[in-house]
Amino acid sequence: MLILHCPNCGVMADETELTAGGEAHIKRETVGSDDAAFEQYLFQRENPRGVHFERWRHTSGCGKWFHAARCTASLEVFGTYPAQTVEPPKEITDKITAKRPGWSWRSFS
Amino acid sequence: MSEAVSALKSAEYQGFARVSECGLRGMITVRGDLASRKLTKAVEDATGQQMPKPRMVNTDGPSGIAWMSPDELLVMVPYADVTGKLAQIDKALAGEFAMAVNVSDARAVFALNGNAREVLAKLSPADMRRSALPAGEMRRTRLAQVPAAFFADADDAFTVVCFRSVAHYVFDLLKAASDPSSDVGYF
Repeated sequence: MLILHCPNCGVMADETELTAGGEAHIKRETVGSDDAAFEQYLFQRENPRGVHFERWRHTSGCGKWFHAARCTASLEVFGTYPAQTVEPPKEITDKITAKRPGWSWRSFS
Repeated sequence: MSEAVSALKSAEYQGFARVSECGLRGMITVRGDLASRKLTKAVEDATGQQMPKPRMVNTDGPSGIAWMSPDELLVMVPYADVTGKLAQIDKALAGEFAMAVNVSDARAVFALNGNAREVLAKLSPADMRRSALPAGEMRRTRLAQVPAAFFADADDAFTVVCFRSVAHYVFDLLKAASDPSSDVGYF
């Protein structure tokens, strides 16, 4: 059972209170983007064994979105952080580096 | 005008905890910037209660304010006063980027007395230990398959709020979970 700390209301919310929102930090393409960029935006997703960044919504709680960094292999949670950002905060990436040296995920490492 | 009634007309059940529907309660949802002094004053004047800290609820009898999310409050007032209080809040919020809506008839409220923590622990994923959910803290979560919110008062009696459309479902859940032969004895 996955238990995530909701950074919006501070509750330790278990998986059944949350809704998974897919991969985090996807850049939205719009008018003027080429086909390759649209394909990337619409269809190409990471499916790593290891460090992963996801969006979650505290559906049965405060109703707000947030980001989570976790390991898909061990289910270890490295941390959660607010949704109003385009990249993981340094304290989260530092924590991941300490536990999984040499990790990388898309353009982050 | 037709007579307003609550969903279950104050139905009651006595198990190892006592479940009773509280009848009509006045409830106003307020959304806006909770750090705003104008909004704070509007809800404090309407209820006579102080603005709660995150996740907390301040109540005195039927009047109270509950923190529901970073931009949402639940204002509780006596049912008979709700129209007047809403007008008062609307007036105080004039010009503010905020919204107040009367949701009284969209909600059902239950009182749980006795070993209420035991009952709620069976139905929700919330940590029901006193240290994790002390008196005066509002916990929004789910009861089995529907959203609900509850908080304890100083005597460990719980108030459970759910949508009116699922009032009967929630009452059945609370009845089954407080069946006298089903006391787990954890709390």
